[in-house]
Amino acid sequence: MSVLVDKNSRVIVQGFTGNEGTFHATQMIEYGTNVVGGVTPGKGGSMHIEKPVFNTVAEAVAATGANVSIIFVPPAFAADAIMEAADAGIAVIVCITEGIPTKDMIQAKEYIKGKNVRLIGPNCPGVITPEGAKVGIMPGFVFKPGRIGIVSKSGTLTYEAADQIVKAGLGISTAIGIGGDPIIGTSTKEAVELFMNDPDTDAIVMIGEIGGGMEADAANYIKSTGNKKPVVGFIAGQTAPAGRRMGHAGAIVGGADDTAAAKMKIMAACGIHVVASPADIGKTMATVLKK
Amino acid sequence: MNIHEYQAKELLKGFGVGIQEGILAHTPEEAVTAAKKLQETTGTGWWVVKAQIHAGGRGKGGGVKLAKSLDDVKEKATNIIGMQLVTPQTGAEGKKVHKVLIAQDVYYPGPTETKEFYVSVLLDRANGRNIIMYSTEGGMDIEEVAEKTPHLIFKEPVDPRVGLQGFQTRKIAFNLGLSGEAFKQMTKFVASLYKAYESSDADMFEINPVLKTSDDKIIAVDAKVNIDENALYRHPALLALRDILEEDPTEVEAGEHNLNYVKLDGNVGCMVNGAGLAMATMDIIKLSGGEPANFLDVGGTANAERVANAFRIILKDPNVKAILVNIFGGIVRCDRVANGIVEAYKQIGDIKVPIIVRLQGTNAIEAKEILNNSGLSLMAAVGLEEAAALVKSVVGK
Repeated sequence: MSVLVDKNSRVIVQGFTGNEGTFHATQMIEYGTNVVGGVTPGKGGSMHIEKPVFNTVAEAVAATGANVSIIFVPPAFAADAIMEAADAGIAVIVCITEGIPTKDMIQAKEYIKGKNVRLIGPNCPGVITPEGAKVGIMPGFVFKPGRIGIVSKSGTLTYEAADQIVKAGLGISTAIGIGGDPIIGTSTKEAVELFMNDPDTDAIVMIGEIGGGMEADAANYIKSTGNKKPVVGFIAGQTAPAGRRMGHAGAIVGGADDTAAAKMKIMAACGIHVVASPADIGKTMATVLKK
Repeated sequence: MNIHEYQAKELLKGFGVGIQEGILAHTPEEAVTAAKKLQETTGTGWWVVKAQIHAGGRGKGGGVKLAKSLDDVKEKATNIIGMQLVTPQTGAEGKKVHKVLIAQDVYYPGPTETKEFYVSVLLDRANGRNIIMYSTEGGMDIEEVAEKTPHLIFKEPVDPRVGLQGFQTRKIAFNLGLSGEAFKQMTKFVASLYKAYESSDADMFEINPVLKTSDDKIIAVDAKVNIDENALYRHPALLALRDILEEDPTEVEAGEHNLNYVKLDGNVGCMVNGAGLAMATMDIIKLSGGEPANFLDVGGTANAERVANAFRIILKDPNVKAILVNIFGGIVRCDRVANGIVEAYKQIGDIKVPIIVRLQGTNAIEAKEILNNSGLSLMAAVGLEEAAALVKSVVGK
C-alpha cells in the first residue's frame, strides 16, 4: 500500500550520534519506523538511543539486514556517505543534508548509476508512508493513510499539501520529498512513475518550483500514460524574479523554460489539474476524484 | 557567488587560460598609471576602460569605453567611476561603479582577421554533468542566438569519470571553424578553461567573447564566473573575492542572522518556514491582490529571536504595508511559535503595519487564541485560504 518504504523497511541512520541524527532518529522510532541501528565512524560497538552503532554501513547491513538508510551527515561528507550506503547494498538512500557541493553530487550520482539503489534527495524532507514508516524529518501526525501519492521538491509545502489532502477527507499512500538541489537522486518524473505503478495509489499531487526541467519531463510522462491516474499540480515561485536564488540551490530562473508560468502551461497541456494557489491543492483533488 | 571580471580573469590566468590583460583602478589617476604600465608590458597603444560591477550588459549602459590616449583614459575613467550604471540586468536604479578595469586593446590589426566566439562551462541539471556550450556567434547575447539560430550553438558533455578529453577539445575547435595555430590555441584554451572551472567548484563560466586575435592567439575578453556557494568552505581564496558592495545591504544583514532573504519590489512582506512554502506564500500574496516585498525563509526553528530579526529586516523596507507570517509548525508546536511571535513583536515595539499570522500544525487553535488575545495588531489564521482572505482585506483597503 505504498512505495519506497513501509513497516518492513529496516532503517539505519548515518550521522546517528550527531544532534540532528539523534533528534530525528528518536522521532522516527516514536512514529513506529523500524530503526535497526546507526553509523558513526569511530563510535562502532556502542549503543545510542538503545540501538547499536556501527563504524561502517557495510557492518550495519551485515549485522542488522538494513535495506534503507537516512543520512544526516554534514554537507562536506554527505556525498561520501551516499556512496558508502550504495556500496554496502542499501536499496533506498534518503539524504536529508542541505548544502552539498554540486561537484560532489555529480560524482555521487555517477557512482550509484547502474547499482540497484534509489537515492532520494539530497536537501529533502524524506519519505513517509503513513502508519508504515517515516524516513525523514516531517511531522508524522499530518500524514494520514489513504490513496493519494505526493511528490514534492519542498519540505513545508509537502506538509501543507498533505494537511489539505487530509482535511479534504482523503489520505496519503506515500509522500516523497525529492529535494530542492540542482542534482538529486530521484526526479519528479521517476517519483510520479513509482506512483503510477503502485496499485494502492489512485491519484497524485505533484509540487514543483522554478528552475530546471523536471516538471516538464514528468508532465510529458504523465501524458504518455494516457493520464491513467489524475494528477493535481502546483508550481511555487510564480512571482520569483529571474536570476535570483529562492532559498533552494536549484530554485533559480535561468531561462524562459524554467519559469513557473512555462511549467504550469506544459503541465496543463499534458492534462494535469494545475492550481494557481497553493491553498487549492486539497479541494481540487477532492473535486477531481468526484468526477 | 558572483565575482568581478577582473577577479575572474586573474583566476583564469592562473590556470593558463589566455586573457585580455588589464589592471584594476579605483581613481582616474590610478587608471592613467595602469594604462602606462599596460603599455610597457603589452605594447598596447589604446585601452578599454571597463566598469566593474556584478551585472552583464555593461557596454550597453555606457560602462565600457575605448580610450585612444592617456588623457582619454583619464576622462573615460573619471566619467565611469562613481556613475550609477544602468544595464538590462541591474534594474532601473542601476549600480554604483566603484572601480574600473583598464584593459589592453586586443582588436589590433595583423596578418589574419579577428573573430569572436562564445564558450561557457555549466551544469546540465537534467543529466547531472557539466557541459561545454559554445558558438561561432560570439559577442552577442547568447539567449538571442539560442532563439534565432539554435543550430549555431553546440554542447559537449563532460563524462565525470574521466573528465574532458583531447578529442573533445579538438571537436570544439573544429566546429568553431579554426585551423593551424588558432586551432591549437583553442584546444588549449578550452582544456585550461575546464580545468579552472572544475578546480574552483564553479557553477558557471561564461566567456563572451572569446577572441581569436589577428595574430592567432585565443583569449578571454570578458569573463562571467559564478562559484557554487556550497563549496566555498573549501576555497578560502575564492571566498575572499566576495564584494559586499555589490550586494543589497539588507540581504547582507539578513545573511549575518542566518536568514535567507531576497528583497523584491512589492508591498507585502512575508516570513515563512521553508523555501518552497516561502515561494508559495509570495504567490498567494500576488493572488490576493498584493505584491510580495521579499522572499524570507526563517528556517526550521522559528523562535522569538529569529522572528524578531526577521521582522526588523522586513520592516527596513519602507514599501512594506503589511506582513504575512506563514509558519507550518512541524515538530515545533504552534503555541510556542505564537508566543515567540508575541515576544518578538513586543521586543520591537512600535510596528506600524498590520501583521497577519498563519500558524498551522500541532496546537494551531491554541496558537490562534494566543495571537488574538495578545492585544497587538495581529490577525491570526489557521488555514491558508483564511490567510489569503486576510491579505486581501488588508491590501484592498
